[in-house]
Amino acid sequence: MERLSGEKEQSVEAFGWAARDSSGHLSPFVFSRRKTGEEEVRVKVLYCGICHSDLHCLKNEWHSSTYPLVPGHEIVGEVSEIGSKVSKFNLGDKVGVGCIIDSCRTCQSCREDQENYCTKAVATYNGVHHDGTINYGGYSDHIVVDERYAVKIPHTLPLASAAPLLCAGISMYSPMKYFGLAGPDKHIGIVGLGGLGHIGVRFAKAFGTKVTVISSTTGKSKDALETLGADGFLVSTDEDQMKAATGTMDGIIDTVSASHSISPLIGLLKSNGKLVLLGATEKPFDISAFSLILGRKSIAGSGIGGMKETQEMIDFAAEHGIKAEIEIISMDYVNTAIDRLAKGDVRYRFVIDIANTLAATRS
Amino acid sequence: MAKSPETEHPNKVFGWGARDKSGVLSPFHFSRRDNGENDVTVKILFCGVCHTDLHTIKNDWGYTYYPVVPGHEIVGIATKVGKNVTKFKEGDRVGVGVIAGSCQSCESCDQDLENYCPQMSFTYNAIASDGTKNYGGYSENIVVDQRFVLRFPENLPSDSGAPLLCAGITVYSPMKYYGMTEAGKHLGVAGLGGLGHVAVKIGKAFGLKVTVISSSSKKEEEAINHLGADSFLVTSDPQKMKAAIGTMDYIIDTISAVHALYPLLGLLKVNGKLIALGLPEKPLELPMFPLVLGRKMVGGSDVGGLKETQEMLDFCAKHNITADIELIKMDEINSAMERLAKSDVRYRFVIDVANSLSPP
Repeated sequence: MERLSGEKEQSVEAFGWAARDSSGHLSPFVFSRRKTGEEEVRVKVLYCGICHSDLHCLKNEWHSSTYPLVPGHEIVGEVSEIGSKVSKFNLGDKVGVGCIIDSCRTCQSCREDQENYCTKAVATYNGVHHDGTINYGGYSDHIVVDERYAVKIPHTLPLASAAPLLCAGISMYSPMKYFGLAGPDKHIGIVGLGGLGHIGVRFAKAFGTKVTVISSTTGKSKDALETLGADGFLVSTDEDQMKAATGTMDGIIDTVSASHSISPLIGLLKSNGKLVLLGATEKPFDISAFSLILGRKSIAGSGIGGMKETQEMIDFAAEHGIKAEIEIISMDYVNTAIDRLAKGDVRYRFVIDIANTLAATRS
Repeated sequence: MAKSPETEHPNKVFGWGARDKSGVLSPFHFSRRDNGENDVTVKILFCGVCHTDLHTIKNDWGYTYYPVVPGHEIVGIATKVGKNVTKFKEGDRVGVGVIAGSCQSCESCDQDLENYCPQMSFTYNAIASDGTKNYGGYSENIVVDQRFVLRFPENLPSDSGAPLLCAGITVYSPMKYYGMTEAGKHLGVAGLGGLGHVAVKIGKAFGLKVTVISSSSKKEEEAINHLGADSFLVTSDPQKMKAAIGTMDYIIDTISAVHALYPLLGLLKVNGKLIALGLPEKPLELPMFPLVLGRKMVGGSDVGGLKETQEMLDFCAKHNITADIELIKMDEINSAMERLAKSDVRYRFVIDVANSLSPP
């Protein structure tokens, strides 16, 4: 078993695809990563999911992108090097890396295993490492990460379809558990049937929760009901359907990031119902105070989950055979995939086959 | 032929009502039903003036049925009880709050949450199950089903206890429901009016650290020295607001005007909750990044069920919590409403109904 010790400042060459500006166009990019630290693992990337956040960041929609930008935070790979103090992993282990790769480790959130809410949480890509360098994400051949921020992938979980769990999966699993929406006596709505929404349906069914997919068109109804096993499908633009569903849901998880009205969703909630917002919408929502007061309803946000919970989610997915519906693509298809993602043209997550197709793009 | 307010019921009653959205209140003759088997007739002693009364008489929310007799913070004496009434006897001191009816058979009613019953009817400006309009406490008496009558604890004064029937329960209920009762936690109270000042007192009784959040420093000295708040935060002071970021476990937002939620959300810790109780007529803007980045929540709450309202009254009696009031005569109500619109009251007007309401 090969273990490395010491913290020499040598760079290790890395190769991936990056965008150089807010056009978001990706192309081959040679860069470097740090040597594996004492508590770190080096992960050879096998697959990386394409998250809608990648699209937002590539195009600098949140006005915080630093270029060159290597996206990717739904990473599944194999441990190729271990630091001398690493205890969680061995060489060859299949691991996942998600949206954060560091946090302050001392605040209340970190102490309560909610590293995702640490105000100093560091993003896997476009975040800044404590040594001041910019983090590059999973559209690359390997990544170095502190063992705390990696999770083990059980061997029963197929790797490519496990990748989206690292962001989409935990983003749906966490609020369902935290807001008490996981269980046979609950009925939830899931707004938007994309990367997050479709995984959410699968988790909900595994929890025994009754789930209705809420969508603006009928296009995905067959998928929702037959492929994913949703109990119902509600077209939000159909007034009669919406009226009939008034006051029927214990919770709604809204995955839509585009600007939309949430007032009709509040009407679908039972008394004490909760609307959980996940989509990164820029414009504030207009809400009537009445709509919350009459029925003691609430609106909350949620963002991914802590590392302990992410491992719990992965293990749960393995136990219940939950995987994402994916379209595996080669590295050089990525720009087309991003364009298609922008139009919602994917059932339901692109996953880049890094191991088999990245190297070939290096000239 | 449609019956007039005076003739639709057998018993003539006198009160003050508003006839249009000027909101001007004036003497008004109407009528009430006979005391039924399940009813209690209450001779009204005092009635608090709630901001909802002001919103309603001006038709701010667009659904006022004129003529309207407001008033849902009522304390009085039971003068008649129906033969099925077991909870009260004649002579008892009782209260009537915001709700005067519900279906009494749905899931919410079964859980003592009459306030969330889809067929709940308000004490005033609502249609009762017999199709007639409910008239509120700016009047001589009221007839209410015993389920919606509260026993007024012995050591709770009738005048300064009256506002608890709406203001009190409106803050007590969400404080219990959303878990704001852990001693040592930090509560922000936004807006120091009728609801806000009671929230400070109840918060302190729960052992919370309480910070009043206000747009001006006018009420600072009172908040700290008289109401017992631990600190006072002026929203227009950028340095103090910055220092207070991420320090509060919960915020009770009682501000009745349209206002920005973003700065208040910033004051919450991770997993923090903001309960919006004010009812402005325009929508609030809800930014979602602060919610997602800290798993924060904005919730609403609507008074409380009757069982909880009784629990609140008993709690306040035990902790000597009453409202700070300005007692007024019935014929001073219009100028009181003008002052209320400008928040010029420390902190609730209460009408001395028994001693000042007399037919012309």
